[in-house]
Order: sequence, then structure tokens, then C-alpha cells
Amino acid sequence: MYRGGRNILGKLDWGIILMYLFLVFFGWMNIYAAVYNGEGSIFDFSSRYGKQLVWIGAALLMALFVIILDPKFFSQTSNVIYAFFILLLIAVLFMGSETKGAKSWFGVGDFGIQPSEFAKVATALALAKALSGIGVDFNDWKTKLTAIMLVTIPMLLVFLQNDTGSALVFGAFVLVLFREGLSSYVLIFGLVCVVLFLLALLLNQYLLIAIFFLLFLLSWLFFHFRYKKISIWLFIGMFAFCSLFVLGVDFLFENALGQHQKDRIEVLIGKKQDFQGVGYNVNQSKIAIGSGGFIGKGFLNGTQTKFNFVPEQDTDFIFCTIGEEWGFIGSTIVVVVYVLLCIRLVKMAERQRSKFSRIYGYGVASIIFFHFFVNIGMTIGLLPVIGIPLPFVSYGGSSLWAFTLLLFIFVREDASRLELV
Amino acid sequence: MTNKSLASRRYVIIGIFMAVGIVYVLRLAYLQIIDDTYKELADRNALRHITQYPSRGLIYDRHGKLLVYNEAVYDLMVIPKQVRLKDTNEFCSLLKISREDFIKKMDKAKKYSYYAPSIFEKQISKEDFAPIQEKIYEYEGFYAQKRTLRYYPDGVASHVLGYIGEVSEGMIEKNPYYKRGDYIGMSGLEKFYEDILRGKKGSKITLVDVHNREKGSFADGKFDTNAISGQNLYSTIDLELQKYAEKIMANKRGCIIAIEPSSGEVLCFVSAPYYDPNLLVGRVRSKNYKMLSEDISKPLFNRVLMAEYPPGSIFKVAQSLIALDMGVITRNTGFACDKGLVGCHNHPSATCVEDAIKMSCNPYFYRVFQRIVQQTNPKTGKIDSKYGLSLWTSAAKRMGFGTKLDIDLPGVRSGYIPDTAFYNKWYPGGWNFYTIYSNSIGQGEVGVNPLQMANFAALVANRGWYITPHIVRSFGDDTNKRMFKKYTKKHYSFIASDYWDIAVKGMWGTVHEAGGTARRARIDDIAICGKTGTAENIGDDHSVFICFAPMVSPKIAVAVYIENAKGGGGSWAAPIASLIVEKYVRGEVLRTEFEKTYIEVQPCQNLPIKRQIKTKK
Repeated sequence: MYRGGRNILGKLDWGIILMYLFLVFFGWMNIYAAVYNGEGSIFDFSSRYGKQLVWIGAALLMALFVIILDPKFFSQTSNVIYAFFILLLIAVLFMGSETKGAKSWFGVGDFGIQPSEFAKVATALALAKALSGIGVDFNDWKTKLTAIMLVTIPMLLVFLQNDTGSALVFGAFVLVLFREGLSSYVLIFGLVCVVLFLLALLLNQYLLIAIFFLLFLLSWLFFHFRYKKISIWLFIGMFAFCSLFVLGVDFLFENALGQHQKDRIEVLIGKKQDFQGVGYNVNQSKIAIGSGGFIGKGFLNGTQTKFNFVPEQDTDFIFCTIGEEWGFIGSTIVVVVYVLLCIRLVKMAERQRSKFSRIYGYGVASIIFFHFFVNIGMTIGLLPVIGIPLPFVSYGGSSLWAFTLLLFIFVREDASRLELV
Repeated sequence: MTNKSLASRRYVIIGIFMAVGIVYVLRLAYLQIIDDTYKELADRNALRHITQYPSRGLIYDRHGKLLVYNEAVYDLMVIPKQVRLKDTNEFCSLLKISREDFIKKMDKAKKYSYYAPSIFEKQISKEDFAPIQEKIYEYEGFYAQKRTLRYYPDGVASHVLGYIGEVSEGMIEKNPYYKRGDYIGMSGLEKFYEDILRGKKGSKITLVDVHNREKGSFADGKFDTNAISGQNLYSTIDLELQKYAEKIMANKRGCIIAIEPSSGEVLCFVSAPYYDPNLLVGRVRSKNYKMLSEDISKPLFNRVLMAEYPPGSIFKVAQSLIALDMGVITRNTGFACDKGLVGCHNHPSATCVEDAIKMSCNPYFYRVFQRIVQQTNPKTGKIDSKYGLSLWTSAAKRMGFGTKLDIDLPGVRSGYIPDTAFYNKWYPGGWNFYTIYSNSIGQGEVGVNPLQMANFAALVANRGWYITPHIVRSFGDDTNKRMFKKYTKKHYSFIASDYWDIAVKGMWGTVHEAGGTARRARIDDIAICGKTGTAENIGDDHSVFICFAPMVSPKIAVAVYIENAKGGGGSWAAPIASLIVEKYVRGEVLRTEFEKTYIEVQPCQNLPIKRQIKTKK
């Protein structure tokens, strides 16, 4: 049991908190720059930066609340929290309001709440709970199934909201499962699938199949004469899989994806160049970042940002503003801070004595990393446009609060790691 | 798997984090440090370079009256990428264009560039632009650019002033100063003095947002340059005389050109048919240009500079001077009017050079030219037509014939004075005086343009020298005028002054004495010295007259050439020239009935002049 709060501050991991505060306030400065039009005070609460200031204040209060709360509260109530958010995700499908094609909001007047952001926290908690029970063995197929169910249910619900980006975020839990014993082949298999997918889009599928045939034939011959005892069926199987996959990609790409998703992928891999239409965001985003140069144009001096050339520049494309006004130095610092944050989270997770805390810590690291990976990858033109926010930095109450809760629950767990369980 | 080996999987995960971080930093380094196209693209997005067009220099007449001024018009520019129209119909009706036009213009602009501005609708007048200006901020992707156009308050002197037009692709390649859509002088003074008139373009850089709204100047205008206005031209044209001359030539074909002999300054310059220079301004320009260029009377053709006429009998004055100077005749040399040699009109035989000029006796000048050509070559001691002709050729060229007079207008031709080389080529079997005698009376191979005729009149008026005729006296502004040195230099003909007096006397007699061929040009109180000419050609004769006045310290030298006038120089060109002289010397014409006759008369046959209706003012 937690007793008294006299020395709790000393037990907190201040490294993580400082990185958090840096990202939150640097994020706010860039929201200010993105919205700034030369007039109005920073406390103008009708403006986006004024509102974000309120969200930040509330987030800090939440963080404080989490810290003074008993750390056992979350592990004990995780299933309830999970169930509650699953219900919310179902409810939003019927009662939510629609923004930009995604039905993912509960709106109350001017104020909106996005349950999918909080569902990530709930899923991380529930997953940690499910995998940390006494006597739970990850190798047991029941455990695996439970874990997969816990992740896929919210994932599907978010997907049904038409918010593909947020749904994909749940895929980040693969890293948690990997740490807990998921076969490495799953990761390798996933990587192979991505490579095959790209190859199938870029090259002629029959040419690819011919290449696969030659490749597998040669490697079989190599292995056969070197080690003799190798089964030909393994190579035939691999060849069959790759060929079918390539053929399947074409079918899936044409039939399963929406037009805007196809466009985004085609723009990314360079098959399509349309700076006016679907490629506009990414092109303008690259222009903004690229024009920042080494030291940037300076705070409030970004022309791309100030004159609204980049859409969504205070939310999903906030990194453009950073890139334009703070240049290579500023954007590199942000990238480095994210990587350090994630690495630190992993290291902290590994030092937990409780399995729950460790798994939850990995969940935090995976989600933050995935957001960072996809969001920045999109703004610098390495990944397709997937609309998810940059943690702590992007404008938005739900996202900031959810990430704050996500992080500070773990910070709280970490602070009490040395206490008796 | 053991817990320990699972724990080591953290390194795989950390490895993934670091790998992504490194890839992203490298990518950022590429975007932000190595590849600098993005900087440029951002500037193109946010910076709008607005060309500041200078106002073109004005052109004044010799008394400071305006011949050309500027008026503001507006080009509506479009940046297709930024166009967002709420109501295209409203926009079209404001611009007074149809929807089809709108689409066509938009396509054209897109074809030029999606990002760079191009002209959507050009030269919208100030009046038409006012309602557009009020609403232009609503039409994203459009903005206005101020330009100036030329206007001509009196609509005269088209062939002198010339016109401006949009610069051609060829010119843009040759001279990087010019950009698509710039105006450049295409003919006349506008072309000749382009560098002085045009000034220097400036540029202003403003910041614009994604909605094309201007957001103030870039870097506080540090990179802005102001346009420098073009310099004015102070011409030598006398507006009143020019108007008067155009009035006379309104229903005729030919030219009038008048020069102040002492300075070489051109006082009036008419090539008829002419056109109202306002026709070639603004949006009606291309339509009117097509009409004028298809007009069979060739109103765009500058006869004064480009026509090459046979000079006819006016050339006899030159022949007299050359012969006197060569010593092949004297003042009192007489030749019988032997119509067997060459045709002539009925008159008593001339007994001296003055009389020959006065009566314009063809056989007399046949003999004179014969003496010029059939000279004894001092080298061989034999009569040598080639020797004589070559002396004659160079003497004629010293009088400004057969050479390009370096007037400050483009396109001037040199005329033609045949030389021995020409005839050697022309008559491979040999030639002599009898093959080339037509030149004696200004027919044959001699070709002269009206400018050279007027210049010759000035040469005689000055008794032996001329200053190259020119239109512009100085340039600059009212406080600082600069002159051209080449228009102060005297060109001498190197013929003794006594001989000039003989020629002048003969020309005076032509107008003022009984038996003179230009009696109709006589004004009682102004001593005019002139010489008529009747140039034979296919079709009716051209009526030619050159003169200067007054005889002592002449103020004006005039050449009048009326094409296919069905009459000699005395019947049309001479009286018209006398009107010009009177108008200029006296300031008004007192012979009102006489004036009316020659203004109304239409001597030229089949005159296919379409009278142009003024479109402006």
C-alpha cells in the first residue's frame, strides 16, 4: 500500500517528465506559430493556442492526480476501464459526431472527446493485466488468443469509425507481445509482407514471380548440394506463398482499399505525382520542412506555416512548423527526444519488478513510438499519409490527455516499483 | 524460451527505435541541408514578385506640345493553382466575358504555368477596372497589375512615332531584360529610342498566403527596386505643321517632308495614306493591325524612308551643280532644246544654267550629263564613260543620294545611284553614255527616297552642306536635356559656293519668273526656290517638288511627292509645298481659296484608302 506522499516526488523519473514537458511546451509554441496571425494575446482562449493552453493545464492536473493516486488502482481496475472504453467505442458509432469522414467524436457543444485516444490507454492496461496474472504462460494458446482479442476488438471498433490511422496504432502492441514471447518469425514475416507489398506495387507481378522462381530454385540447388538433406517442399512452399501474396496484393489494392488510401500509397511510392490533389499535403509539408534549412527561419517566421500552405499544420502536420521554423537543428532535437523517450521507457519497463508494470511500460513505449514513427514519417514523405497526431505536440485535448494519462500511469507505477507488492 | 533471453529482446526493440531515429535524421538532413529546391518552392509559394513597370518616356513636339502620353490600364493576372471562385458567372459578368472565354483563358494560363502568374485579361481601362478592383479580393488567385499604354492626343505622325507591342519570343531570347508580356517599341521613334524611352523595370516582393491574400512586403522591402521612368524625347516635329500636312494628304498618296535646313531638324513627316496611331493601342491593336496590314494602299508602309522613287527633274539641280563643279559646263553654257534627243515640252532654248533649271529642259540636261560622262580620262588621255560616271557617282553621293541618311528612325533605305560596277554587270557587252542617258533627267536607274529629296533641298538652301535629318533634338527631362552629337555635324558636298548661287537662282526662277515650271507655288512676299519633277513610271506620272524658303536665310526645306498624280510637279506637288512653306514661314495661310482647292483635290487615281475611324476619344 502506498503510504503518504512526502517523498513521492523524489521517486519520480524526472528524465521522462522533463522530456514530456519539453515536448508539450515546444509543441504549444509551434501551435502558436502555426495559428499566429500577428495579433491577439497568448491567453486568447477562443484561439487554438489559447485552448491548447487550457488542455495543457488540465493535462498537468491529470498527471498530478495520477501521481497522488494509489498505483494499484490501475492494475486492479484495468478490466473495468477497458470494458468502459469498449462500450464508449461502440456508443460513438451510433451517437458520435463526424469530423473529416471519421465518426470518432463525442461532441458537447464546442468541446469534443475522442474515445479512441483513451482506448489505447485502456488496451495497454488490459493487456498488461491479462499477461501478468499469476501462472499465465504466454506460450499457452489461450493467453495468446486473449491478448490478440484484447487488441483486435478496439482496433476493429476504431476501424469501423472510419479512423484507419488510429486503428493501425493498435498494431503497435505487436512489440509488447514480441517482448513477452511472440515468435520472432511474426516480426520477420510482417517485414517480409511489407517488402513484398511494396515490390508488388512497384514492379510487374509476373516479373516478380519469375524472379522469385529463380531465387528459390538457386537457393534450393545451393542448399541441396551443400547439405543434401534439405526438403524441396520448403522452397516450393515459400515460392508459392510469395507468388500468391504478390498476386493477392494487386487484388487487395484494387478492391479492399479506398480510393484515397490507394492514392496516398501511390503518391508515396512515386507512382503518382499530383501536387494539387492527394499529393498536396505531403508536397507542401516537404516544402515547409525542406525550406527550414539548417537553423530554420526562426520562431514565427515560417512562410509556409504562417500563410497556411500546409493543411492540418497544428495537428497532424505540426512537425512541418517545427521543421520550417527551427530547421534541421530543431527537428533533429525533436526526433532525438522521441527516440530517447522511447528507449528510456523500455529501460524503465525492464527495471520493473511487477510484470504488470513492465508490460504496461512496453505498451506505453510502443504506442508513443508508433505515433512518432508514422506521424513524422508522413510529414517527411517516407510513409503514406495516415492521420494520427504527434504525441504531446499536436493540437488536441483528447490526444494530449490520453498520452498524458498513458505516460503518467507508467511514471506512477515506476515510482512505486521498489515498494512491496 | 527463457525469461533472460526474452529480456534481451529489449535490444531488438531499442534497435528498431534507434534505426527509425537515424533514418529520420538522415532524411531531415537530406530535405533541409542537402536538397535546396524546397527553399525555392517555399519562396514561390509565399513570395509574389510584382513587376513595377516604369512609365514610358513622353514625346513632345518642337514647341513642347505632347505627341504621346501614357494612360494607366490594368492587366488582370491569374495564378491557376490558387484560383478559387465562388461564383464563376458573377466573375464572368464583371469582366464582361462569356463562360467559354473564361474556360479558354483559364486553359491558356494553365498551359503556361500552374504556379506562375500570367495575364488573364489584358489592358482593362481605368473605367472598366473600377468595379473589378472593388471585388478583386474575393477572387482568389487573381490580382491586378498596373500597366501604361500609349495615347496620342492628336492622332498624328504615325510613321514618325511608331507603335509599341508585346515583345516577341525571339527578342526575349536575345535580350534578357524583356519578359513575356513586356512592351517594346516596334517601329518609329518607339523602336529607335527604345532604350531611352522604356526606363527600367522595378520589382516588389510581397508575401502572400495560401489564399492569395497579400500579407505585406517581404523583408521590409529590402529587395524591392523601384521602377525608373523612361526619359522623354523632345522632337523637332512641329505639331501644327504636321497636322496641316496630314490634312492636305488625307485624300492623297505620297509624302510631305519638311526640314529646317540650318539644323537638319525634321519639321513635318507625312507618308500617306497614314493611320491614327491610337488604332494600334490596347486591346483593339491586333484587330486593327490586321486591317491596316491587309489594306492594299499600304498605310503601314513608310514611304518617306522606304520608298525608292525616280527623282525626275528635281535631279537636274544636282546635275547642274555636278557639271559646273567638274567644269564641263559654265554658267552660260547653252544647249538647244532638241526634242530629237529626249522629249520635252515647248519652251525657248535655254542659254544658261538658271534658265535650264527654270524651264526644266530635258535635252539641255541630256547634253550636260553627256559632258559629265564622256570625259577624258587623264590616265589614258581618252574619252572614258567609266571615268566620267565614277566621278558623277561619288559627287551625287556627297549630296546625300545613294547613301543611307542616318535619321533616327528605323528602316531608312539608301536609295540608289548607279556606278560603273553596276553597269558592267548590267550590260556585260559594254555600255556608254547612250545606254545610261535616262539618268540625266532623274529617270533610269536613279532611285531616291523622299527624305533624300528634302535633304537635298536643305543642302541647296545651305549652299553646300547638310546636317543629317533627325526627329529628336534632345532627351531627358525638363531640367536635364541631352543632345545627340551626330546631329550637329555638317556634311559638305565640296562644290564651290558660286555654283550653289546659280542653282538657287534657277530654282527661284522656277517659282517666281515667267516660264518657270512652278509658277503655281508662287507667294508674293516669300521667296521660294524650288524645282519641279515629273517622274515617269508604270501608271500615271508622279508629281514631285522640292523647295526651300525664304531664299535668303532659309527656314524650311520641303519635299512633296504625290504618287500617280496625272500631272507634273508644277500642277500638284508645287502648290502643296507652297502651302506648307506659307503655313510654316507665315504661321498661317492667307490664300484660302487656293488652300481649299489643294486640300480637296484628289489627284491620285484609284485611291484605295479606307478612312479609319478613330476609336479613342
